[in-house]
Amino acid sequence: MYIDPHVHMVSRTTDDYQRMALAGCVAITEPAFWAGYDRSTAQGFHDYFRMLTDFEPRRAAQFGIRHHTWLCINPKESEDVGLAREVLSIIPTFLECKTVLGIGEIGLNKNSRNEMTVLEEHIALALKHNLLILVHTPHLEDKLKGTHLIMDALRNQGADPGRVLIDHVEEHTVRAVLDRGFWAGMTLYPDTKCTPQRAADIFEMHGTDRLWINSAGDWGVSDPLAVPKCQDELRRRGHLLETIRKVSYDNPRTFLSQSGRFSAPDRA
Amino acid sequence: MGTPLTKQAVADLYFLEHRAKVLDLAAFLDRFDRASEPGADDFRVQALTAALGLVLDGQPERARRVLELWSDHSTQPIERAPMKGALGAMPLDARERR
Repeated sequence: MYIDPHVHMVSRTTDDYQRMALAGCVAITEPAFWAGYDRSTAQGFHDYFRMLTDFEPRRAAQFGIRHHTWLCINPKESEDVGLAREVLSIIPTFLECKTVLGIGEIGLNKNSRNEMTVLEEHIALALKHNLLILVHTPHLEDKLKGTHLIMDALRNQGADPGRVLIDHVEEHTVRAVLDRGFWAGMTLYPDTKCTPQRAADIFEMHGTDRLWINSAGDWGVSDPLAVPKCQDELRRRGHLLETIRKVSYDNPRTFLSQSGRFSAPDRA
Repeated sequence: MGTPLTKQAVADLYFLEHRAKVLDLAAFLDRFDRASEPGADDFRVQALTAALGLVLDGQPERARRVLELWSDHSTQPIERAPMKGALGAMPLDARERR
């Protein structure tokens, strides 16, 4: 049994839902993200948010998977601050939806000034509505710098680190994120983030408190079964079943339950 | 929590997988050498070969140190995003200029 707390199912087939259910997935959370192209209007985001809050929960439910979501405009589309502000203005209309857990995945992409501005306005929106925050940290060479800029912005605006998950951590960012009191997520990606083996190494080096794993499966090279593959990696190393359950079920459930809206079955 | 595995078990479980990765890396560098110009001074390949020094230095936390070697260590936001994607490494001379 597992929770995948970060997966972009709008990009995946119904067959993937079926395979995830067979592998033991009982609940997922889906952050809003970049579609692979820049959307031209706020109305485009409105339709996307309807998909995340209406269509995907029903599609997931066919396979016994509980679907939850996070809303935002992704940092890849934050250079257009005017459009970003239009999108921010429609997010509150979706906050009544019982499957919306918070604001995410917000953060930085290339660590630009406009991205910082839009990040700060997302943080303010989350704090105003007392919402959880799911943070995307930048890719590859930009991750180290971006992670520190994001943590500083969260601190400067008074966000409670216990209500913020900073995602896509790797060996060079995980310690700083945990030491500052945030939750941390490891994304299991074939080439550009953590492999299941490296994620298992990071658990062994940094412990299992406030740390989870996710697939971030999307329209790129990615694997919606990455979480059970990491479970299998921990199992073959001889780690205890309680440890495996903690990182792939208990930890996400503990963090996400702070929203008051997350639900996952206690047993399969 | 540490690793429950002995060194022998680690070698037994992972040797063949990483033998293949070393061969892939060697073949990639051979392919790069055989290829025609331009590109001999590609900063990404320079960053990759520079990382091998860290891999072989016998010190702990090689993965963290390699990622740090390839990272942008500046601290201020840039004026405007020049593109959507990332390249995987910073030019080594950019690190030296800082």
